[in-house]
Amino acid sequence: MADAGTGPKPSSSVKLVLLGEAAVGKSSLVLRFVNNDFQENKEPTIGAAFLTQKCNLPTRTIKFEIWDTAGQERFASLAPMYYRNAQAALVVYDLTKPTSLIKAKHWVAELQRQASPGIVIALVGNKLDLTNGGSGSEGEDAGGDVENDARKVSTEEAKTYAEEEGLLFFETSAKTGYNVSEVFTAIANAIPETSLKTARGPGAAHAAARTEEQRVNLNGARDPNAKEGCAC
Amino acid sequence: MADEIAKEYDVIVLGTGLTECILSGVLSVKGKKVLHIDRNDHYGGEAASVNLETLYKKYGNYAKGTEPWKQYGRLNDWNIDLVPKFLMSSGELTNILVSTDVTRYLEFKQVAGSYVQQGAGPKATVAKVPSDAAEALKSPLMGIFEKRRMKSFIEWVGQFDPKDPATHKGLNMATCTMKEVYDKFGLEAGTKDFIGHAMALYQTDAYLETPGAAPEAIEHIRLYGNSVARYGKSPYIYPLYGLGELPQGFARLSAIYGGTYMLNTNVDEIVYEGDKAVGIKATMTGVEPEMKFETRAKMILGDPSYFPSKVKVVGHVLRAICILKHPLASTNDSDSAQLIIPQSQVGRKNDIYVAVVSSAHNVCPKGYWIAIVSTIAETSANHHLELAPGIERLGKIEEQFMGPPIPLYEPLEDGTKDNIFISKSYDASSHFESTTDDVRDIYRRLAGEELVVEGLREGIQIEGGEN
Repeated sequence: MADAGTGPKPSSSVKLVLLGEAAVGKSSLVLRFVNNDFQENKEPTIGAAFLTQKCNLPTRTIKFEIWDTAGQERFASLAPMYYRNAQAALVVYDLTKPTSLIKAKHWVAELQRQASPGIVIALVGNKLDLTNGGSGSEGEDAGGDVENDARKVSTEEAKTYAEEEGLLFFETSAKTGYNVSEVFTAIANAIPETSLKTARGPGAAHAAARTEEQRVNLNGARDPNAKEGCAC
Repeated sequence: MADEIAKEYDVIVLGTGLTECILSGVLSVKGKKVLHIDRNDHYGGEAASVNLETLYKKYGNYAKGTEPWKQYGRLNDWNIDLVPKFLMSSGELTNILVSTDVTRYLEFKQVAGSYVQQGAGPKATVAKVPSDAAEALKSPLMGIFEKRRMKSFIEWVGQFDPKDPATHKGLNMATCTMKEVYDKFGLEAGTKDFIGHAMALYQTDAYLETPGAAPEAIEHIRLYGNSVARYGKSPYIYPLYGLGELPQGFARLSAIYGGTYMLNTNVDEIVYEGDKAVGIKATMTGVEPEMKFETRAKMILGDPSYFPSKVKVVGHVLRAICILKHPLASTNDSDSAQLIIPQSQVGRKNDIYVAVVSSAHNVCPKGYWIAIVSTIAETSANHHLELAPGIERLGKIEEQFMGPPIPLYEPLEDGTKDNIFISKSYDASSHFESTTDDVRDIYRRLAGEELVVEGLREGIQIEGGEN
């Protein structure tokens, strides 16, 4: 399973999980990142199980394996498998909906409890296009009392919280694409080199390499020696 | 929140054991609208993997006020299976995992070795089960002449074709017994024992005398051989973090195809119209306030614990979960192993199984091994004596968890009358072949057709979500 990649740069897979209240734009953010696409009035997520996207950094390539909750968070029924070995998490709220930030804080606490200790968490306020500072312009000081501004969560409030908890923080618009790739690049940069190596990289320690040899890839081609019918 | 539950589903599934989760996943992929409920706060039901604290509390073997689990490292490093089984690497569960793509969520590792015991007590021999002719010739399980007979038997199994009488050694496969087949090769009793129990994986000797059962037994031996040949070493594979990952993986498959999941939810009542079940009344707990709801479904399926009046007890499993600080003796210090003690070697009617996994499978901290000894109960008392031949193999045991005999349930009816389709309990066998048989059986009963898993994902449009 040497994952050294074909290019000169080392490449590593990173499992990234999405969390956040329903309809905050989790899938839209990923769709924007992966396909540079946006669907108005997208239906709740069905079938988008597992998307992958590469992120090229100057010294290495990160391949994100992005896990969607598949709706299992709705009745608090996310399986431990979801958090297992996640190296990064995107916790999304809708900056026009204060309750979604409360929910986001709940997910951050849940991640701190259940996920691997070194997980990189990014707090993302989405739907910046609905604020008057949004749509690709500077969203920094969109204070909130201008007309047609749907913002209900101030940048300051979310940012302060993110700093307290040691989270990356971004405000984005999946609709316009504003700040979306920046989120993923920042996550890629924040993942410690060491955790990449022990995970799946080529420079795994000797002990890890030894256990690696017994791993099996069920999808892989069968051993050519394994005759169909009988191998006795 | 209650308004997010639909008024009607195609199927309501009760319990998140592996059987239920595979069926949920398959039915969702086929476009059925599934509501899947479990009364517990975790996935897996009887087939969950739990941490040490949960295990101590389940068995209650600690003094009040003490926390013995704290001396065993990080709690989250423990994933102890309640039902010990391995996957056959060419078995049906592997096929289902691959054809549904659930392999994406799981990582598997080989089980390092498959072993069998000959004899009993201190003089017993524990040796690797030979899987091909070359191994048979080196095996300490047989004398020099027997090795040659075994070699020719194994070679014959490889050439056997049920449709070609020329490969039948002059026997009538429709009527002959497996005993007659063994006798044709002149195999000794000890050899028959490890072939039948450690390769064909029969739990009793009933197969020996059943007329016409030889082709099935040969098929089992070939499955064993093919499974070994797939990755080498042993025919078994095991998911990292324990078997509890399997139901979670299939639940995720179901959810991805629109299945709705609710844990912490008690079924208060099954609603009937005439003889037919048409829905449930249920309460989701763990939320403030509790959420009561009612919904309808064309059919209900679930594990026996949700239908106590519709199942019967067909036997009891004895099981002891043991924590060790060393590998199983005579297994070449393997990080994992299966040891089968065939019934006749220790004067029993049912085999004793020992399944061993370790930190190599991320089920416990480094330096520990988890060994689970199990068999079918043959007496109504002294159950620890029934397991003793297996326990004796383990050496020093740090901690042992053994409860009362675990009842095995089967449904009384096939579900066509009341629209309720009930799974069987997980049996004492060492692999999942009987579980997938049950999945196929339930699917046939509720869908009226055979379950075809090959190509299940293909031809199903998932993008855009037309739900």
